[in-house]
Amino acid sequence: MPELPDRLTGYAHVYPREHINTDEIIPARYLNVHEESELAKYAMEDIDADFVRRVLPGDFIIAGENFGCGSSREHAVWALRGAGVKVVIAKSYARIFFRNAINNGFLAIECPEALEVIATGDQVELDLRAGLLRNLGNGREATFVPLSDFARELIEDGGLLPHIQKKAQA
Amino acid sequence: MGMTITEKILAAHSGRDSVRPGEIVNAKLDLIVAHDVTTPPAVAMLKKLGINKVFDPSKILVTPDHFVPNKDIKSAELAKQLREWRIEQGIERYYEIGNHGICHAIAPEQGHVLPGMTIVCGDSHTTTMGALGTFSTGVGSTDLAAALATGELWFKVPESMLFELKGSLPRGVYSKDIILYIISKIGVDGARYQAMEYRGDGLESLSMEARFTITNMAIEAGGKSGIIPVDGIAEDYVKARSSEAYTCYYSDDDAVYTQRMTIDLDQLEPIVALPSLPSNGRFIGEIERVKMDQVYIGSCTNGRIEDLRIAAQIIKGHKVAEGTRAIVVPATTEIWKTAMREGLLEIFADAGCVVSTATCGACLGGFMGVLGAEETCLSTTNRNFVGRMGHPKAKVYLASPATAAATAITGTITDPREFLQ
Repeated sequence: MPELPDRLTGYAHVYPREHINTDEIIPARYLNVHEESELAKYAMEDIDADFVRRVLPGDFIIAGENFGCGSSREHAVWALRGAGVKVVIAKSYARIFFRNAINNGFLAIECPEALEVIATGDQVELDLRAGLLRNLGNGREATFVPLSDFARELIEDGGLLPHIQKKAQA
Repeated sequence: MGMTITEKILAAHSGRDSVRPGEIVNAKLDLIVAHDVTTPPAVAMLKKLGINKVFDPSKILVTPDHFVPNKDIKSAELAKQLREWRIEQGIERYYEIGNHGICHAIAPEQGHVLPGMTIVCGDSHTTTMGALGTFSTGVGSTDLAAALATGELWFKVPESMLFELKGSLPRGVYSKDIILYIISKIGVDGARYQAMEYRGDGLESLSMEARFTITNMAIEAGGKSGIIPVDGIAEDYVKARSSEAYTCYYSDDDAVYTQRMTIDLDQLEPIVALPSLPSNGRFIGEIERVKMDQVYIGSCTNGRIEDLRIAAQIIKGHKVAEGTRAIVVPATTEIWKTAMREGLLEIFADAGCVVSTATCGACLGGFMGVLGAEETCLSTTNRNFVGRMGHPKAKVYLASPATAAATAITGTITDPREFLQ
């Protein structure tokens, strides 16, 4: 797993709602499989049936409070990643989703003001070290607390399981 | 400064004298529960990494529950993977179809849950088992895989909220109404990252069945866990099922809570959570008598024997309203058998209900009662999110088994007290 880059850019899909839950991110009717490529076909289906046709590799999802609440299904992270989503930026997260994201080496950034400076279709730059989110269209910015050392280490190791293996071998 | 019951359990399992909220601890696990949806991906992850043995087969309990008996070919493959894995690993605590049940219901019922334990399962409703004084929380498949391989997991020690239950519930009001009331007050993220601890004289009149409903829905307030310190009722429940030794933990008098809330049980009324959040609870007298296409009684929240007894008592001698379907799903095989012996299944069948074997079923839109577009369902389950029980345009209302039974009879949302004179 390569080191995390300091900067990422991508196009935004904005869902300005709170409590977007894992049933909406990947409905349970698709939980009879767990292959990422299969789950990816249905990502966000119950909140935005057209999402998978619009999303491109490297895109960002921007959302409100308590993103990923409800079921513990890690399939939610897999579906988003499989669909090409590079990072989710939400006002706050439900704890199991956040944990699942980090455990998968998937970026989940908590940024309280993201919704105020980004609209759907905007090109966004994320400065992971500085904790800065920038709308490249109009230059508006929002700050966030950079990843904790623990989360960064997990993500850079490729997730929890490779991290545990690395520690066991050390 | 004292510690809460949750802090004490986490300290004891991580080799520490004390812990504080916010600290990261590596805690040893006493019980890992595995089901058919989230376990197969965890097993695949371990195989990919060349980890071929679980840390201790005797600390793992396996039961298929979500999509069994297999609802389709893909689910059949999941259940098969689960079955083959448990044989390969020599896991003896396995409940095959015919003995199975929803994991959060069968684990305590069969005596696998002891006070003071740390428990994880790849399922958000793992909080249920906190009603027996355990630290019990839901995890994803990666955490489950790490837990299966190592027998431990990292946790951020949660802050705790204290809910004091006072008095006793009036007729027609049940523990489901208590938890729906609490969630309506604090919101679906009101307890985010926190342990929800319960105490007070109000617990004295709540059976273990009733308490499991309360801790089950901790996740619906964003909680990490729900926990009720052990008392005589819990001890009786455990001792009837297990002869193993256990440790009871209790919060210190000077333990720190982020919030304290007192609930006067005598003042509660039946509550219905309107679509599409569990926090949309309203007293039943404040809402319209909306027509229901379906009524669903079951799930890890409200599919226990006491729930079925309450529903049967109300529905006995009545018929399900024309234009409404009613589905009853006992949470475990043991509950199903008890309901059969007590004549409850006959009462439901005579009223025109469908009675299923144990499964998570339609609670999560799996099968056995999935909803179509624009359909309405009053359900004793735990979530009414968009698409939760089927079509994203279906509408789900959450309530107690008593309210569900009364609603099945009339076909519109009905106060159970109308049938409990």
